[in-house]
Amino acid sequence: MPRMPSPVKSPELSGPDRDRVAQVGIDLAMKNRCGSYLQMDQDVVHAECSEQGIEVLSFKKAMEKYDGMKEYTWQAVSPEKDDITRYVAAQKDPEGYVIIAHKGSNNILPIQACLYLGREQIQHVHNIIVAEEGAELHIISGCTSGEHVGKGGAHYGISEFFVKKDAKISFTMIHNWSENIEVYPRSASIVEDNGVFLSNYVCMQPVKKIQMYPTATLKGVNTVARFSSVVISTPGSYMDLGSRAILEGTGASAELITRAITKGGTIISRGHINGKTAGTRGHLECKGLILKDGLIYAIPEIEGSVVGTELSHEAAVGKLAKDEIEYLMSRGLDEDEATATIIRGFLDVKIAGLPEALQKQIDASIDEAEKAGF
Amino acid sequence: MLLIEDLHVKVGDKEVLHDINLHIKEGETHVLLGPNGSGKTTLLMTIMGFASYSITEGKIAFKGEDVTKMKAHERAQRGIGMLFQRPPTISGLKLGKMLSAISRTKDEDIAELAKSVHMDKFLERDINKGFSGGEIKRSEVLQLMIQNPDFVMLDEPESGVDLENISLIGTAIGSLLEKEKHLIKRKKSGLVITHTGFILDYIDADKGHVMCDGEIKCHGNPREILKDIKQRGYKECLECRHQ
Repeated sequence: MPRMPSPVKSPELSGPDRDRVAQVGIDLAMKNRCGSYLQMDQDVVHAECSEQGIEVLSFKKAMEKYDGMKEYTWQAVSPEKDDITRYVAAQKDPEGYVIIAHKGSNNILPIQACLYLGREQIQHVHNIIVAEEGAELHIISGCTSGEHVGKGGAHYGISEFFVKKDAKISFTMIHNWSENIEVYPRSASIVEDNGVFLSNYVCMQPVKKIQMYPTATLKGVNTVARFSSVVISTPGSYMDLGSRAILEGTGASAELITRAITKGGTIISRGHINGKTAGTRGHLECKGLILKDGLIYAIPEIEGSVVGTELSHEAAVGKLAKDEIEYLMSRGLDEDEATATIIRGFLDVKIAGLPEALQKQIDASIDEAEKAGF
Repeated sequence: MLLIEDLHVKVGDKEVLHDINLHIKEGETHVLLGPNGSGKTTLLMTIMGFASYSITEGKIAFKGEDVTKMKAHERAQRGIGMLFQRPPTISGLKLGKMLSAISRTKDEDIAELAKSVHMDKFLERDINKGFSGGEIKRSEVLQLMIQNPDFVMLDEPESGVDLENISLIGTAIGSLLEKEKHLIKRKKSGLVITHTGFILDYIDADKGHVMCDGEIKCHGNPREILKDIKQRGYKECLECRHQ
């Protein structure tokens, strides 16, 4: 009999901050989650998993238990990559989460990981996520800050993913920061034979600056990577987002999809697929909607160097079409309802292979933005 | 039901409809004939309230209320509906989602109605994306079934539709216009643009009007006018009627 997960205790959270945590998909009551990790600033508040064969540990505990996690630590992301990685690598007391799905295990209910920034400072985390041979691991990561972070703060997050043979990881990240927070995730994944890596990113709320360019290296044969990003940028938000897939194994395929809306903020949408082996396929798609003057700068890159790699990209930036709005108005929706319905459709990206609970969570955070009138 | 008086309409700087007068009573269905570019679709878009069609003179009254200055959704909410000849594709917006948005009925009814026009498999598809001619028209009819307007405008409902679909669409349109009801009990009215007249087999039209160069040139029995046009073409037909 699996143990029942216990509710996450977070005495420091005020009512409004609890709501903010819920908005990024974190269920403190643990109703539809099988495990949880909660880090507030640099303190690990909760780390537990009730699913057999899956461990949720703090970085520190994992280091002790698995002799420094040498096989994984700094193996996907280089500590010398940039100032952010150097800063995290130089920490004497690193924290973060380590989630290991041991051979053959799987979780139907996702594990939730919440990184919460409550004080003016730099929160740094180092996360390692491993799905061993044949394992299937679903994670929702909610990142948010407290109502009163004062002059601001920053979040530096290293995440290293290892998808072993025949394994699968889905990682859904929902951000709800605020106008004074800077965010620098640095993540990379290594996918082995027949492995599947799904990465979903949702950010509907203001942020001062976010800069990330997660990379999946598809080393093994018949590997799959799918990245999807759904973002809205409000005035004052600067979002430099990208995703990269390196296709090394025969039969590897990647799909990188972005839906970007600016309401006055900046979005730089990068994408890069590198087809290094014959029999690989990749598609990159970025669609942008400019609702108010701002910037959407799409930089799709496809790079093929061998016969037998097939890569394509599609990028479009535009405005809401008047004929589409009027079409819905002729069915009885007023202009605002028609506009919201079209935007909701624009953001509706269905991710193949994602458990229903996670798709619902993504839909819910977009619904939340819709209710607020986008 | 619908009363149009001395209507003049501009698109951009150009007047495209001149002095249109039309009276469609409750329970009546009228047919609008005329060569391509004569202004038929413009008239329907103007009645629906699309912003690019600006009324410079005259008025449109619906059920006794002046709707001339109303926006499209206000007219739709009062009971005006339209089947588009070439509706836009809306990327990402699923047909089912749109139907839920416009519906006041329950989702089960949507599924049931969708089945009746063979559109149940399209509810999870983006609206009109990759739809064939027949599928577009079935989707339009389905939207109207859910909207359930009192006055239905149909812009070439049979264009791009194969014979099998014409029967399905024609029957559904007939029922939108309550054609199965006795004349006296019919409350719904319609205005239909057709070139082929195939749709007339299903809607039992009451009156026909011929439009040319932005004006309604003549009125009469729709089948007779259509017969004239088929035999002699629009040019001669209009000359004949003016004699």
